[in-house]
Amino acid sequence: MLEFDDIQYILLTRAPAITGRYEFLSFRNAAGGRAWLAAVLETVHSVEQARASVQKDNRWVSVAFTWNGLRALGMDEASLATFPEEFKQGMVARAEMLGDTGANHPQNWVGGLAGPELHALVILFARDTQERQRCEAEHKRLVARCAGVEVLSSLDLEATPPFEYAHDHFGYRDRLSQPVIEGAGEEPTPGSGGPLKPGEFILGYPDEEGVIANSPQPEILARNGSYMAYRCLQEHVGAFRDFLREHGKTPEEQELMAAKLMGRWRSGAPLVLTPDKDDPALGADPQRNNDFNYKQMDPHGYAVPLGSHIRRMNPRDTAANMNRRRMIRRGGTYGPPLPEEAPEDGIERGIAAFIICASLIRQFEFAQNVWVNDRNFHELGNERDPVCGNQDGTLEYKIPKRPIRKKITGLPAFTNVRGGAYFFLPGLKALRYLASLGHAR
Amino acid sequence: MSDAPKQNDWSKPAAMAIPEGGYFKDKIEQGRYGPIFPKTPACYGFSIIAKIIPGREPNFYEYARNIEKAVAGQPDCLAVLKLHYLRWNLFKIKGDNYFQYMGIFDTDFDKYTEDAVAIFAATGLNTVFENLEGFPKDWKTNAPAFIKFVRDHHCPSFLEYGEYPYVSAEEIKKALKLKAAFSDMLDQMQ
Repeated sequence: MLEFDDIQYILLTRAPAITGRYEFLSFRNAAGGRAWLAAVLETVHSVEQARASVQKDNRWVSVAFTWNGLRALGMDEASLATFPEEFKQGMVARAEMLGDTGANHPQNWVGGLAGPELHALVILFARDTQERQRCEAEHKRLVARCAGVEVLSSLDLEATPPFEYAHDHFGYRDRLSQPVIEGAGEEPTPGSGGPLKPGEFILGYPDEEGVIANSPQPEILARNGSYMAYRCLQEHVGAFRDFLREHGKTPEEQELMAAKLMGRWRSGAPLVLTPDKDDPALGADPQRNNDFNYKQMDPHGYAVPLGSHIRRMNPRDTAANMNRRRMIRRGGTYGPPLPEEAPEDGIERGIAAFIICASLIRQFEFAQNVWVNDRNFHELGNERDPVCGNQDGTLEYKIPKRPIRKKITGLPAFTNVRGGAYFFLPGLKALRYLASLGHAR
Repeated sequence: MSDAPKQNDWSKPAAMAIPEGGYFKDKIEQGRYGPIFPKTPACYGFSIIAKIIPGREPNFYEYARNIEKAVAGQPDCLAVLKLHYLRWNLFKIKGDNYFQYMGIFDTDFDKYTEDAVAIFAATGLNTVFENLEGFPKDWKTNAPAFIKFVRDHHCPSFLEYGEYPYVSAEEIKKALKLKAAFSDMLDQMQ
């Protein structure tokens, strides 16, 4: 039985927000950090609370900590030692293995995310900009009251119009393939596989192997929490559109090229189901838009190229142990949309997302290392994920086609990593425990 | 460094001398569980050597029969490991029995380690490791402990050779399929 009253809402629920704000914090003083947490945790919704009041709520808050942040709050060394190695090391130390090299190297990250002083994160989602600004001002007053608490940086989120459906700055429909957790009260859409055991995403519950994995100690930290990998990806919309124009003479050819990079038309319609022509109605229909496989329906990649984004991020029936590699994604877009036909304006825009899973090394790091950035994924030899892989202009992208495939050489980088970090997302009781650490000893 | 130019040289046999410790210190690549042993003309691989718990020797022969049966029953049961060849040996040092497990495969060990643990757990292929001294008892639920045992008992090569260097098993199978298809085509042309 999932403890909905203790799990942070963000793990299982999506807020109906069109804007939001992330604030990255540092604690120079443990008591100040705990005072901040004691105040902010009153605003953190559990799954139960969020579900009960989603219609009337205007803002949703989540709180998470880096390993350094847990120490900065006053957690003892014995307890700190019980966290998994990759979380202790943090994303920066894992950069090479994650593919964060060259332009994506942590030395190029912004907002103080690459340094050891990054301790905490507060995620705000808001129904409108007015509410976001109200919360921002309120949080500013709270931070000013807490000794030694400093905001390292912040990022405002803005959904990109049209608001009827979620999509990124390149125009791709998003949120099409999300795992469903057993007992969470949701039904998977056709093609999404069965519900997954809660332990794949929430600490303290049996996972797909039927065991409860090692969790941090003391016991109050071992249940209802999770881990989050933060990734801030700048999207080079101008370069992306130039590339489409270079490789497609007509708007139809350009749309097809965009679809071949992703594996879906920008409408969300899967190429496996409609390889030659977009079908927006299919793309918008959750009962149909995820209902496909690769092994039987497209083994050679004539519809969805073997190295395309969706084939790498979710190889479906062409990978082993898929149920142990799934991840929950939350987040949104930032920066202003670049109008169609407008030249690149040099303003930064992109996606800032959280990948939530019970094991960073087995789920997030595996996906980054083996699927996104392995040049030889599916024997491709010299490719990485065309959308979010580390591209330095030396790699290829091959589009299977009869009689002869199309090979693009020197694929440009459409995205760059601008920041990232590993966070622990505690349950609500654990948040209260962390806030009271000073009193416990 | 791209693998592509190396893969084009399949026709040119190659040998690689490997420094003591198994790594080229100036180009160590990091995997999820630690540094990755380099790819050589003989692809990736490992050689695990460990001491057998005394009296457990018969289990190894039973294990061999189990593996034979498992692969015959489901020929692709090890496919995820991207293997070329596996060899298992038993030998004595000063009267004690030792076990050697050598594998040649196409991905670095880190990539599919958890999948390997899952396969071993699901197919009962585990039994042989449980007869080795120091093998973690909770390995089924503790992949990092399993991985540490394997890394601790791996004896890296100091020299590797490939007659057709860097070629993957998948490429070999593709070439053989192509040969069969051409042969079939020629039959159809008669």
